[in-house]
Amino acid sequence: MARFLIRRLAFALVLLVCTSSAALLLTRLAPGDVTSQLGPFAPRQEIEATRARFGLDRNPIAQWGSWISRAVRLDFGDSFLYNRPVGPIVVRAAGNTALLAISALVVATVLGIGLGTFTGSRGTGWLTTLVRGASVMVISIPPLVMSLVLVFIAARTRWLPTGGMLSAGAVDASWTASAADVAWHLVLPTLALALPIAAAFERLQSQSMAEAVRQPFVLAAIARGAAPRVLVWRHAWRVSIRPICGVYGLVIGSLLSGSFIVEFVTAWPGIGRLMYEALRARDIYLVSACAAAGAGFLALGTLLGDVMLAVADPRVREGLES
Amino acid sequence: MRLAGAALLGLIVLAAAAAPWLAPTPPNQRFPDLLYAPPTRVCVGDAPGVHVHPLRIASRLERRFEEDRSTHIPLRWFSGGVLVSTDPGSGAPLLLLGADAFGRDRFSRLLHGSRATLALGLLATVVATIVGALIGGIAGYAGGWLDALLSRVSEFVVVLPAIYVTLALRAMMPLVLPASTTFLLLLAIFALLGWPMVARGVRAIVLVEREREYAVAARAAGANPARVLARHLLPAAGGYLGTQASLLLPAFILAESTMSYVGLGFPDTTPTWGTMLQDASNIALLGDDPWVLAPAAAIFMVVLGVNLLVQSTGRAPIQLER
Repeated sequence: MARFLIRRLAFALVLLVCTSSAALLLTRLAPGDVTSQLGPFAPRQEIEATRARFGLDRNPIAQWGSWISRAVRLDFGDSFLYNRPVGPIVVRAAGNTALLAISALVVATVLGIGLGTFTGSRGTGWLTTLVRGASVMVISIPPLVMSLVLVFIAARTRWLPTGGMLSAGAVDASWTASAADVAWHLVLPTLALALPIAAAFERLQSQSMAEAVRQPFVLAAIARGAAPRVLVWRHAWRVSIRPICGVYGLVIGSLLSGSFIVEFVTAWPGIGRLMYEALRARDIYLVSACAAAGAGFLALGTLLGDVMLAVADPRVREGLES
Repeated sequence: MRLAGAALLGLIVLAAAAAPWLAPTPPNQRFPDLLYAPPTRVCVGDAPGVHVHPLRIASRLERRFEEDRSTHIPLRWFSGGVLVSTDPGSGAPLLLLGADAFGRDRFSRLLHGSRATLALGLLATVVATIVGALIGGIAGYAGGWLDALLSRVSEFVVVLPAIYVTLALRAMMPLVLPASTTFLLLLAIFALLGWPMVARGVRAIVLVEREREYAVAARAAGANPARVLARHLLPAAGGYLGTQASLLLPAFILAESTMSYVGLGFPDTTPTWGTMLQDASNIALLGDDPWVLAPAAAIFMVVLGVNLLVQSTGRAPIQLER
């Protein structure tokens, strides 16, 4: 187990260094640099001074070298756009993305497994057919389309805020009031991100449950006189959640991808929007810090996926321990 | 179900192919007096024949239009090389989905836009599948260090969240590019990110199949490796390739739409589903005018069609966009 964790951590570190370095070098080599932010009429001296200030006058390899030697001491450079160290900016945005991703994952898991267990353990009926049909539809609605549709509904009905993370008046509200405000703004992006995944979970869980209830041990439990509800939710359920645990790692990757466009459409101030802005402005240190944060998410996500697999399947657990 | 999926996809491809004939107006023709006009109502009854009434602006600020009920403009069938339209001189174009922010017909743009979107998606799918099959086949057949290298590379690419890599690679290029360059650039990026998904599975299949009797027999009969691979081993992966292609196509279509939506895809003069969706980022407009979402509905129908087509062939209906 310890060896497995150490290997995972080493892989995460390599991924982190590789992606952020690649992002830094690529952005550095891309045509145009931050001085385009100064406008077309900026005097030559100011352009030169700005280039010198951010190390853009040195060759890319030397710049990368000094960046990485400072990064080891947790100094990731200054953002050109915000004129501040990139660390706090990225940590804040990554926290917002994590909030969105975790709440979407929880909603998708609870909704998907709950409904899937229900439809998989029942034979047929109008409710099962309804849930199944809805899932097939919702699976085909990608986050881009889902978030636009939800924003449209919110704009029409005014049930939910259409974007952002805080109301205009909530800046100096009390701690609880602003938390409630954030939660209220979180509903729409969470649904946009979670519903397609919940539908995929529902289908997967439904199939797996339908297989599980046909297994001999379920028959044995019926023979012992176990109540149907206990049978489904305790005996068969433990076996049936394995496929979902197996795709958990994949789902976390798709959450990260999906959250980019959801953040964009709903103006959620997360890492996706920040990276987009940084890329457009050629803000190289901010880009590389965003890439590092993304790689960190990914490493955590695959680790969580493996843990889920180990929890669900004793065979995997034994494989890790030996 | 399968038939419904095939019919839906067939209909969409047919509409894209016949776009110049089906679209009532050229996609970039502007009607300066009809910015944000609502869909034209087609009337029957109050005058002989099928006809429309011209729209007059009641308030530019509120984007309110009034119908001139006293004027009747008949629909022209099969004239000017177009299925149905109105007389260009009448000032009442047939806007079946309304007009966009520049006064261009949304329905015509949707039809023309499907061409770039679908062509890019299909071509990228074909290229990624062929490249993936070749690389996977070579890795599985050759074994040794080549296999190890190719497998590590494909594993690394699969782990990365595709939309961020697409975003980063696209942003590395000049931000404004002509349509044809954008097409080739996006095609290259999609193929680069798509092949590893295909290659990993093909490698596993070839690894098993190369030890089977027919492959051994072909080698014994003196067939060179390229022939064994192309004629004997890759056909065994045919079904798998189909499944992978069905996963890649919706992902690529979505990626194009996402890129164009955030302004890093096609220029606005090239109608695609993504560039058309940019109108929907104006929330005030989106709330008033649901027809902005027509391209989103089109994306949904393509994904639904692919899902319906593939679902009944026994694949687990989990579609995770990466």
